[in-house]
Amino acid sequence: MNASNTRESVLGSIRGSLRVTGDDAARVDAVRKRLKAPSPNLVPERANVRGEESIALLTEMLEGQSAHVSRAKTLDEIPKLVANYLRKNNLPAEFRTGSDGLLADIPWGKATSLTHHLGRGQGDDAVAVSRARTAAAETGTLFLTSGPENPTTLNFLPDTHIVVIQAKDILGSYEDGWNAIRKIYGKRPLPRAVNLISGPSRTADIEQIIVMGAHGPRRLHVIIAG
Amino acid sequence: MKPVSHAFKDNAKQALADEPLRRALGGIKHGFVANRAKARAKLPEFERLRDEARAVKEHTLAHLDLYLEAYEKKVTETGGHVHWAATAADARAAILQICQAAGAKTVTKGKSMVGEEIAINEHLEAAGITPVETDLGEYLIQLRHEPPSHIIAPAIHLNKGQVEADFRREHTDLPDNRVLEEPAQLVAEARAVLRKQFLAADVGITGANLLIAETGTSVIVTNEGNGDLTQCLPRIHVVITSIEKMVPTLEDANTILRVLARSATGQECSTYTTFSTGPKRDGDPDGPDEYHVVVLDNGRSEMLGGQFHDMLRCIRCGACMNHCPVYGAIGGHAYGWVYPGPMGAVLTPSLIGIDEAGNLPNASTFCGRCEAVCPMRIPLPKMMRHWREREYEKGNTPAFYKLSLKAWAYAAKNPRLYQTLTGLLIPLLARFGSKGRFRSLPLASGWTRYRDLPAPQGKTFQQLWRAKEMRS
Repeated sequence: MNASNTRESVLGSIRGSLRVTGDDAARVDAVRKRLKAPSPNLVPERANVRGEESIALLTEMLEGQSAHVSRAKTLDEIPKLVANYLRKNNLPAEFRTGSDGLLADIPWGKATSLTHHLGRGQGDDAVAVSRARTAAAETGTLFLTSGPENPTTLNFLPDTHIVVIQAKDILGSYEDGWNAIRKIYGKRPLPRAVNLISGPSRTADIEQIIVMGAHGPRRLHVIIAG
Repeated sequence: MKPVSHAFKDNAKQALADEPLRRALGGIKHGFVANRAKARAKLPEFERLRDEARAVKEHTLAHLDLYLEAYEKKVTETGGHVHWAATAADARAAILQICQAAGAKTVTKGKSMVGEEIAINEHLEAAGITPVETDLGEYLIQLRHEPPSHIIAPAIHLNKGQVEADFRREHTDLPDNRVLEEPAQLVAEARAVLRKQFLAADVGITGANLLIAETGTSVIVTNEGNGDLTQCLPRIHVVITSIEKMVPTLEDANTILRVLARSATGQECSTYTTFSTGPKRDGDPDGPDEYHVVVLDNGRSEMLGGQFHDMLRCIRCGACMNHCPVYGAIGGHAYGWVYPGPMGAVLTPSLIGIDEAGNLPNASTFCGRCEAVCPMRIPLPKMMRHWREREYEKGNTPAFYKLSLKAWAYAAKNPRLYQTLTGLLIPLLARFGSKGRFRSLPLASGWTRYRDLPAPQGKTFQQLWRAKEMRS
C-alpha cells in the first residue's frame, strides 16, 4: 500500500467504525469551533492566584520537587547569587547562556569570579543559565521556549541548571502560562520546543528509589527576579 | 517481541515461585499506590478532573478522523512530516526508511510503548542499525533482552544486584574494582555511558503521550530528561505514536496532564513535559533538522464505537496495574506481551487476537480497583467480561470449566437443591478449617499453594438471614 492509500484506509476505517462521514457539517463545525477558540476546561482552585501569592505557591511546589529557589530584588543581585550558589555547591565558577535579552542585561561583571560562555549546550557543560518565559504556580512549572535566546540543549545537558524568571511572569495555571506563550508568538507557530520544567532530573527505575540526575541536570536553581 | 500470552498460566506459575520478583512487586503499594492517594487528596477537584479528561477524550474519539486531518495539516505547516501506518509493519517500514535515508548507524530512543508494540528495535537491528534505549528502566531491560514488565516502570521486576551484574557484564571498558552497590552509583554509571550515546546518535526516536491538533504538537512526559536529549541532539527526530493519543487543544492537553502524573507516580506533575512542534527554525542553535511523526492504527480504528471503544481513552498511566491484585502477584512478564495488567488484559486481545491472548481477561478477580482508579474511567472489568464471553462463544473454554459452570448453574437455578447442598457443605467445611482458614484443600491446591483459603463460618447466608428475620 502506498502512503496516500494508507492514510485513506486509516481515516476510512475510523469513519466506518464511527458510522460517520468526513463532510458531515455538524462534525466539521464542532471541530473547527473547538480549534479556533480553545476554551479552558476545569481549572483547579489552587491555580487561582496572582502576584505574591503565585510566587509563594510556585516556590513551595518547586521546593517540594527538590529545586532550590531564591529571590533577587533586581537583576543586579543575580551575579552574586549565582556565584554564591556555585561556590556553596562546590561547582566551577563558569556558566553558559543563550543570547536572551534579559540574561544579557544582567551585569555579570559584578561577580568577577564568574566566566560567562555563550551558545548551545555542550556535552560537558557544568552550569547553564536559562530564562523561563512564564510559569504556572499550580504545580511549580516553568515554561522555557527554544530559540537562539535559550537553546534547548542548555536545559538538559549541564549538571546544574539555573533558571531566571521575572516575578511578573509567574502566573497561576497552565492555562495562564499557555495564554502568555500564545501572546508572545501571536500567529506564528509554537517554538520547536516548549519545555515545562518542574524540578531536577530524577529516576526511580532501580528498586523504586529516587535518585537525582538521571540524564538531565542534577540540580535546578530558580532565581525569581523582581 | 513474539507474544507468549498463550502460555499465561505457566508464566504465572513461574512468577509466583520467583522470590526476588515478589519482593520487587511488594514495593508498589508503598510507592505508586500510596503516592497516588496522597496526590489525589491534595487536589480537591481530582474526581471532577477525571470526568473532564474522559469528556475530552470522548469528544476527540467521536471526531478522530477530523482531528487527525487538522493535526496533519499543522505538522506539515510547521515543516514536519506525518507518516500514516495502518499496521505495525507499515510503521516499522516508515521508520527504517527514515533511518536509512539519513545513513543512520545508531538511534537513541526515549521510552515508547508503541515502539515496543511494533518491535522497532529488532527491526532496526536486523537492518544493521543500533537502537539504544535511554530511559533508565528501558536501558536495563534492553541489556537483558527482556520486554518491559510495567508500562511506566519497565524494570520494576529487577533488583540492584541484577543491575550491577548486567553493568559489569556489559560495560567492560570500566574498571573491575568500581563500586556499584547503591542505586545512585548505578544511575551515575548509566548516565555517563548513555551521555556518549546521546551525543553520537544520528536519529532520536521518542513516543508521544499526547498529540495536539490545534498546534501540530507532540507531547512527552519524563522524569529523567532522556526523551529531551533524544530529540534535541540528533539530526532527525522521529515520533512513534498511535491515533488515539490525539487531543484538540492545549487546554485539553492541560486537563489530561493534570490527571496523568498524579495517577501514574503520584507526582503533582512529571519533572519534564515537552511540547515539540516541527523541526528547528531558522536561527535555532539546536534541535533536529527533520521532524517525523509515525501515526499507527494497528487495530485501534476498529475498536471505535464497539465493545472495546472505552479502552481508546487509556493514557497509559499504569494506575490499573499498580492497584491490581493479580498484577501485584505475578508482575508484567507473565502477561506475555507488551501491555500487562488490567489494561493489557483488555487491549492485548484487541491487538493480537483472542486466540493468543484469551487467558489474559481471565486473570482478574473482578475486584474493580482498576476501574476505581483509572483516571479516564475505563470500565476495565466489564470489558474483560466481554472478552470472556467471546472466548466462550468461540469454544476456547476448557471442558472442565464448562462442566463446572453448568453444574453450578443447574444448582443455582434450583434454589432448594442449592440450599440443601450448601447447607450440608458449609458446616462441614467450617468444622475442618483450622483457625478459620485452610492451609490446603483437595481440588483447591491451585489456590492454597500460594495462600490460605478462608473457611466458611458455619452457616449459609440463607440460614443467617432466616435467623435474623425470626429475631426481628
